[in-house]
Amino acid sequence: MKESISVSVATVCYHCGDDLPLAPHTADDKQFCCLGCKGVYQILSSHNLSSYYVLNAVPGASQKKAAQHFEYLDEPAIAANLVDYTDHKTTVITLFVPAVHCSSCIWLLEHLHKINPDISQSRIDFPKKQVSITFKNQLISLRKVVELLTAVGYEPLISLQDVVKKQQSDHSERNLVSKIAVAGFCVGNVMMLSFPEYFGFSNFEEHYREFFNWINLALSIPVLLYSSRDYFISAWINLKNGVLNLDFPLALGIAVMFIRSAVEIITKTGSGFIDTLCSLVFFLLIGKWMQQRTYRYLSFERDYRSYFPVAVTLITEGKDQPIPLSELKKGHRILIRSNEIIPADAILLKGEAKLDFSFVTGESIPADKVLGEMVYAGGRQIGGAIELEVVKPVSQSYLTRLWNNETFSTQKNPIKTFSDTASKYFSIALLFIAITAGLFWVNTDINKAAAAFTAVLIIACPCALALSSPFTLAAVLSIFDKNKFYLKNTAVIEELARISTIVFDKTGTITNPSANGFRFTGSLTETEKQLVSDLARNSGHPLSRELVRSLDKDARYSVDRYREQVGRGISGTVNGHNLKLGSATFLGISAQEKGSVVHILIDQNYCGYFLSEQRWRAGFKQLALTLGIKHDLHLLSGDHDHDRNLLTPFFKGSQQLHFKQSPQNKLDYILNLQNKGAKVLMFGDGLNDAGALRQSDLGIAVTDDINNFSPGCDAILDGEAFEKIPQFISQAKDAVKVIHMSFLISISYNAIGLFFAVQGLLSPLMAAILMPISTATIILFTSITARLYACKNKLL
Amino acid sequence: MNIIYMLLGLSIIIALIFLIAFFWASKNGQHDDLYTPSVRMLFDDEPEKEADQKSDEDHPKG
Repeated sequence: MKESISVSVATVCYHCGDDLPLAPHTADDKQFCCLGCKGVYQILSSHNLSSYYVLNAVPGASQKKAAQHFEYLDEPAIAANLVDYTDHKTTVITLFVPAVHCSSCIWLLEHLHKINPDISQSRIDFPKKQVSITFKNQLISLRKVVELLTAVGYEPLISLQDVVKKQQSDHSERNLVSKIAVAGFCVGNVMMLSFPEYFGFSNFEEHYREFFNWINLALSIPVLLYSSRDYFISAWINLKNGVLNLDFPLALGIAVMFIRSAVEIITKTGSGFIDTLCSLVFFLLIGKWMQQRTYRYLSFERDYRSYFPVAVTLITEGKDQPIPLSELKKGHRILIRSNEIIPADAILLKGEAKLDFSFVTGESIPADKVLGEMVYAGGRQIGGAIELEVVKPVSQSYLTRLWNNETFSTQKNPIKTFSDTASKYFSIALLFIAITAGLFWVNTDINKAAAAFTAVLIIACPCALALSSPFTLAAVLSIFDKNKFYLKNTAVIEELARISTIVFDKTGTITNPSANGFRFTGSLTETEKQLVSDLARNSGHPLSRELVRSLDKDARYSVDRYREQVGRGISGTVNGHNLKLGSATFLGISAQEKGSVVHILIDQNYCGYFLSEQRWRAGFKQLALTLGIKHDLHLLSGDHDHDRNLLTPFFKGSQQLHFKQSPQNKLDYILNLQNKGAKVLMFGDGLNDAGALRQSDLGIAVTDDINNFSPGCDAILDGEAFEKIPQFISQAKDAVKVIHMSFLISISYNAIGLFFAVQGLLSPLMAAILMPISTATIILFTSITARLYACKNKLL
Repeated sequence: MNIIYMLLGLSIIIALIFLIAFFWASKNGQHDDLYTPSVRMLFDDEPEKEADQKSDEDHPKG
């Protein structure tokens, strides 16, 4: 352990583990990649919090990204919406901190009081990545707390659509756990009291039988009224709507079991099926819990509100004042700093706007805007600060209008699962057999008729059937989760197995947003590359930054007479050489090249040009070929069509490739495919895909950082797992196979039970044995086969 | 053998106490986060040299 630390210190940043630059920042013999990391280290070491680095090597997150401004937290109106509780002395706030990832994070964030004693308590919920902070609001402001978090490298994510609040108000899982607890309590005691019945009472114990039966009956009442309540409610609602789902035979079975047991116990004719009843409900609820369990605290319901900032800086009489976004009105003058997002359609009044719309339109090259030009909401300012005048309120802006589309106001149709379909036929068959059995005996022996009728309903109560889907799907869900594919719920798996058509977005989905590549045409020596890198380092233009990154040179020379012409190029003198980088017109040469090109001129000699190309995600080509065999592939891009020729081979014919698509176009295209009968799977990443993701049968958001914003969808796929998509699809298909097989198994168990039930020969003991055995078989079978298939698909 | 009535009653009462304890824990949110406490308990209160420093810094850990 010690050794690995000392080794890693030599080559990587002590704080975040990134590779060190040639001239690293140092403090106390430790080396850091940037000032941010060093700053965090210094804060921690000055407060005796160095154990942070002892618990885990390189525990920090990279601090290279510029931190946000938090002035708006001083506004009481905004702060009031964020805090959980506040009085005149203390305030409690729960914040979502995406950077939380290891035990060091827990340790540090729970020791915030050592840095600032005005923070009285901080508690972490690690799986949810939330920190709950209690602080003395007289001594420290909310803004200071958030800035302290940011200073130690844990910038909280504060958004309008507050995910934190929503999770806190959701108690459905806790309710279910309570129901399981009650059922578990009852089933334990009932089993204990039923064992004498299984082994038979001797004559002198006979009087206990009655006593035990009464206690059993009493214990079954909370199970019936509390634990299994949902099944009755669901069965009743579905029945009213004319739907027969699996809850109907379950509720019927539970009710019949209780009534028959009560009658037998009260009339002292038998001991009933209380044991079967309680364990049935217990197993059913566990299955339900398995199905509801979510593995990751991700939000699948995000819209533009969580992408936009919480507040915006308003300029009134020369003074800057942050206001909540909801109060932003037409005519307001606003200030947008570097790296902030434009919240509403506006007109540029001051400054140089250079806007990155890649997330909104899919356009990969930043757009320059001149004074007086219209600027659409959603763009991220890359240059310096600008001033804008709002011309449309937030909800009416070009981008946000998409959410006014009817697709977003109507509920998405619930996914139809196999068990829904099968249970309809099952219920009808069950009722038919029960009534036939009853009628068969009714003339000879009325008691036997009642016994046969109820016994059929009891023994065929589809417990194993009801468990086969949840257990299979829960197993697959956890397998997907391990492979960085996070599903909203288990029904998504069945939908994934049915997909016939796959639609891709381009920018950010099949291309990797963080890895642009440069292809150089011409000749450059290593020294010249050094000069180019040093000049480009001075520019904030994305192409320059990309160039610096791809050249991978450390800063060596300083630049004299640096000049930048926005959107055209940069020039300067580096180490005695005159350099010019930029477009052909800027260099005064004639060259025709499509796409983003940086030409190089050193001491008036033309050296060649860099062509920026987006890089496909790893394995995209193989993926497209594999998927193309069984599925219909389409591409919808908001970008220009400079990649058309590169992409055509992967899609059947160029009519399946569509460029310059607006968000509305994408939505309509999906709708059109669906009208032709296709089951559409959409892969997207940006806000412009939100409509299409929502409209498609299955929308999957692809993202490189699952904690970052992703549009509303059914599943979130980590960019790293992109090449595993065919494996996911075949695993989903196999999961459906497993469900079918386990249905067969449970039906054969039912058939055995029915064989005795129709003859009126079913004993409580038989029911009490058959039910748990069939359940255990199903649980074992589904979990084992689902994992075997995962091994076959190379997902485990 | 009449003792069985009492034993049975007692056993159910004890089980009920556990059930109520579970409800109480669940209501307090003790089952909401099953991971963090397992890590938290492994942290030493005041690691390394700090132990001999002033003890008034002992904030309630909550």
